[in-house]
Amino acid sequence: MEESQIKVPVIPELTKEDFVSDQMVKWCPGCGDHAILSSMEKVFPKLGIRKEDFVVVSGIGCSSRFPYYMNTYGIHGIHGRAAAIASGVKIANPELSVWMITGDGDCLAIGGNHFIHVVRRNLDINIILFNNKIYGLTKGQFSPTTPKGAKTKTSPLGTIEIPFNPGELVIGAQGTFFARVTDSNPKMMVDVLFEAARHNGTSVVEILQNCVIFSNNIHALITSKETKENNQLHLKHGEPMLFGKQKDKGIILRRTNLEVVKLGENGITEKDILIHNKFNHDTGVHNMLARMAPPEFPAALGVIRAVEQETYGQALMDIIDIAKNTSPLKSVDDLLNSGNIWEI
Amino acid sequence: MTHKKNHVVELDDVVVRFAGDSGDGMQLTGSLFSDSVAFAGNDFATFPDYPSEIRAPQGTIAGVSGFQVHFGQNNIHTSGDLADVLVAMNPASLRASLKWAEKDATLIVDSDSFIEKGIIKAGYDTNPLEDNSLVGYNLIKAPISRLTKEAVKDLDIELKAALRCKNMFALGIVLYLFNRKLDSTNAFFEEKFKSNPLIVESNKRVLKAGFIFAENVEAINPTFRVQPAKLKKGTYRNITGNRATAWGFLAASERSGRELFLGSYPITPASEILQELTKHKQFSVKAFQAEDEIAGICSSLGASFTGSLAVTSTSGPGLSLKSEAIGLAVMTELPIVIVDVQRGGPSTGMPTKSEQSDLFQALFGRNGECPTIVLAAISSSDCFYSAYEASKLALEHMTPVILLTDGALANGSEVFKIPKVADLPVINPPIVEPNDPDFKPYRRDEKKLSRYWAIPGTEGLRHRIGGLEKENITGNVSNDPLNHQLMVKLRDDKVKRVANYIPEQKIIGKDSGELLIVSWGGTYGVMLTAVERLQEKGKDISLAHFKYINPLPKNTKEVFSKFKRIIVCELNNGQFVSYLKMNFPEFKYEQYNKIQGLPFMVSEIKEKFSSLLNE
Repeated sequence: MEESQIKVPVIPELTKEDFVSDQMVKWCPGCGDHAILSSMEKVFPKLGIRKEDFVVVSGIGCSSRFPYYMNTYGIHGIHGRAAAIASGVKIANPELSVWMITGDGDCLAIGGNHFIHVVRRNLDINIILFNNKIYGLTKGQFSPTTPKGAKTKTSPLGTIEIPFNPGELVIGAQGTFFARVTDSNPKMMVDVLFEAARHNGTSVVEILQNCVIFSNNIHALITSKETKENNQLHLKHGEPMLFGKQKDKGIILRRTNLEVVKLGENGITEKDILIHNKFNHDTGVHNMLARMAPPEFPAALGVIRAVEQETYGQALMDIIDIAKNTSPLKSVDDLLNSGNIWEI
Repeated sequence: MTHKKNHVVELDDVVVRFAGDSGDGMQLTGSLFSDSVAFAGNDFATFPDYPSEIRAPQGTIAGVSGFQVHFGQNNIHTSGDLADVLVAMNPASLRASLKWAEKDATLIVDSDSFIEKGIIKAGYDTNPLEDNSLVGYNLIKAPISRLTKEAVKDLDIELKAALRCKNMFALGIVLYLFNRKLDSTNAFFEEKFKSNPLIVESNKRVLKAGFIFAENVEAINPTFRVQPAKLKKGTYRNITGNRATAWGFLAASERSGRELFLGSYPITPASEILQELTKHKQFSVKAFQAEDEIAGICSSLGASFTGSLAVTSTSGPGLSLKSEAIGLAVMTELPIVIVDVQRGGPSTGMPTKSEQSDLFQALFGRNGECPTIVLAAISSSDCFYSAYEASKLALEHMTPVILLTDGALANGSEVFKIPKVADLPVINPPIVEPNDPDFKPYRRDEKKLSRYWAIPGTEGLRHRIGGLEKENITGNVSNDPLNHQLMVKLRDDKVKRVANYIPEQKIIGKDSGELLIVSWGGTYGVMLTAVERLQEKGKDISLAHFKYINPLPKNTKEVFSKFKRIIVCELNNGQFVSYLKMNFPEFKYEQYNKIQGLPFMVSEIKEKFSSLLNE
C-alpha cells in the first residue's frame, strides 16, 4: 500500500543573485530608487516563493523601469495602468506573487482611478509607491503629491493645488494595508516589505523617495540627520507611540484629535500615550496617523494599517467553486444544447 | 357572436413588428413570438429597435420600442424590410412605426389607448383610427386594455399589474393570426414566473383572451400559415449576436485549454457579452467588470501575459479608450481579442443604433506602426464562429485581433445550427515548455513570425516585456535605429502572413461579369438576399462579402479583376471603399452608403443594383 503524503513543493534556497537582472541600471547616481531595488532583492529570496512565481508590473516613469532590473517575470506597462495589468495577472493566476511598482504621477494622477479600485477590491497584490512628489522622467513638473506652493516647471509661481496624501487615499478607498517608509532606512524598508508581502489583500507601501535632480531634499524635514529624530514616529504594533532622540515625546488622543506631548510635562506618563493597533478596522486613528506631518507632528513610518478582510481572489474562487459544484453544465456542448432547442 | 369560417392563406415569409411604449414589454413579446416561430420549425431573424432612454416619457414618439420578427419557410437572412403585420400598443407607436409597415399591412392597435391625451402626445391632430388616414391598411381595432382587465378581473391582482399583461393580449392575437399554439408561451410563463403563480395565471389568461378575441373578430380573416423551413438536419436554437460572441469565446477556451478572462466595462450595445460570460463561472471564466474601458483591456492584457485566453468587449467610444493598450499588445506581441460592437458615432452618437463606422478606428486608430488582425462577423450566428476564429488567430499568431460586430447583429437573433465543439478547428497556442534552452522572448516561429508564449510560473523562462521597443530575439529594450525598422517590419509581416491561414474570398454568383457587389460585416444577410433575388431574375450580378478585413484574403485582387464594375456598399461614409482603394488602386470603385443608424433594406439595395445594371 502506498503511503499517503502531502506533497510540499521544495523551494530551493534563493539568494539576492537569483533576482539580479543582466540589464544595466540606468537611474541617476544618488537616486533613491537604488536603495529600493536593493531592498527588494533582499526580500524576494526570503519569502518562500519560487522565483518563477514572482511577477513585477509597472506603469511609466523612472520607477517603472524597475521590472527590467529584477530577474522575474515582468511587464513594463503603459502610463497609469499598472494596477489594471497587475489585476489581470493576479486574477488569472492567484498563485503568483504580484508586485506593482509605481510613482506618484503614475499611480495617483493618470492611474488614480485604477489605484482606488484595486485597493477597494482588496486584490492580493503589493503596490510599492515611489513618492518623490515630482514628475522625474518628464523632467520636473508638479505631481498630485507636490506640496502646495512648490515651484516646478509647470508651477513657476508655485502650485495652487492641494496635494493628495497617499495614506488617506488608501484608507478612504477601503484599503486594508498601508505602510510608509523612507528610502534612507533600508532596514525598516525590508521589514515593511516582508509584512506587505505577507498581508492578504492589497498592500500599499509608500516610499518617501528622493529625486536628486528635480526635487532634491523634498523629504528633508523627515529624513535629514538633524531633524529626523523629532520628525519620525516609528510605529510598532502594540507599543506606545513614542519618538524623539530620548523617546520622551509621544502621541496622545485628546477628544477627537492627536496631539504631541512630552513625557513628564503636565503629568503625562507613558501610559497616557496611544498604543498602536494596526489591526483596528476602524479607520479613525489610522487616518489621523497617515495625515501627521512635520513641523507640527512627526511623520508616521512603518505599518499604519493591516486589517484582515476577504480578498477579491478568495471571493472569486469561492463563487467559481460553487458554480462548478452546482451547475448542470459540464461542457460548452452542454451549454449550446441547453434551453430552448429543436430538432430538424 | 357567431363563429366565423376560418380561411387560411399560405405565405412564404412574413414580417411582424411589435411596437409600444418602452415600458410595454415589446422586446419580450417579440422574443416570445420568435420562440413560437422556432417551435413551428420556421427559419427566422429578429431585430430589436429601441430608444437609448430606459423609460422616455410615456406615450411619446421618443419612448417607442420596437421588435421585428421575420420568419419563413425559405432561408431567412435578414430581419425583413417592411412589416406585413404591425402591432401598435398606443398612438405614438403607430405614428412612429407606420413608415416601417407595408402599405397594405395588417395593423393591430389597442383602440383603448386612442383617447385625446394619447393622440395629442403622439403628435396627431385627429384620431387616426377615425379620420380615414389608414385606408388601405387592414386595421384591427382591439380594445386591448379593457379586455385585459376583463380577463383577470376575478384574480386578486392590482390594476397596474394586470395592465402589464396587455402585451400578451396582443401576442395572443398574433399567434391566432398565424395559426400558432399557445404552448411554448405558456411554458415560458410557468418557468419565468414560477415563484409567482398569480402572475403566471394572469399572463396565461390574457394571452388566451387575445387568442379568443382574434378568433371571434370578423376582421381577422383570413389567417396565415407559414410552412416549416427546409433547413438541414440538426439541432437548432435561437441566438443573438452578443450571446453567440460570448459562447464562441467559451468554445475557444475549452478547445485551446486556456482559461477565459474577460475584462470589460458596461457599454451599449456590448454589455450582454460581459453579462453572459459572467454567468459561466462553472467553466472557470473570469469575467472582470473593470472600473473603466482602459482597465478592461489592461486587465485582459495582464491575463494574457499570464496564459489566459484574454478578451475585452466594448463599443466605439470604448475602443477609442483602449487604443493605447492595443498598442501595448502589439508591442508585447500578446494574444488578445478586442470585440467592438459598433454603434452610431462619433462620440456618444446613437448608442442603440447600428453602424459600420469604426472600421478606420479598428484599422488605424493607434500611435505608431501598429497593425492588428481585423475580422468582421457577418451574421448573429456567425458571431459564434467569428469569436472562435478571432481567438484562434490571436492565440496561434500571438497578436491582438479586433473583432467587429454591430448593434444589429448583437441584439438581433437568428436560427443557429448547434455545432459540436469537437468539430471546431484545433487551437494550438505556441506555449514554451519549462526550461527550454532556446527560449528568447522575441524569438519567432519561422512561418508565422509569432513569438512564443512563456507563461509566469513556468521554470526557466523568466523574462520582461513592455511597451518600449524591443531588440529582436532578446527582447531587451532597444533604441537602435535599424533594429526599430526591423521590428516594425516583423510586426507588420506577422499580420500580413495571417493571409496564409484564412480562407480565400468567396464569390456568390459567377466569378466574372458585369457587376460585383462588395460588402463586409453585418450587412451579409441583406446583400445576399438582394443579390440572390436579382440573380434569380437572370441579372449579371455577383457578391463578394468580406469577413476578413486585415489581412484581406489573398485572392482579393484576382476577384476584383474579373468584373467590369465594382460597387462597395456599407453603413458608413465610405471606409471600406477607401481601404480597398489604398490596397488595390488599380480598380475603379463605386460606392453606396447609408448612415442612418439603420440596416440596409433589401428593397432599396435591389433598386440601386437594378438601376446600375440598367445604366
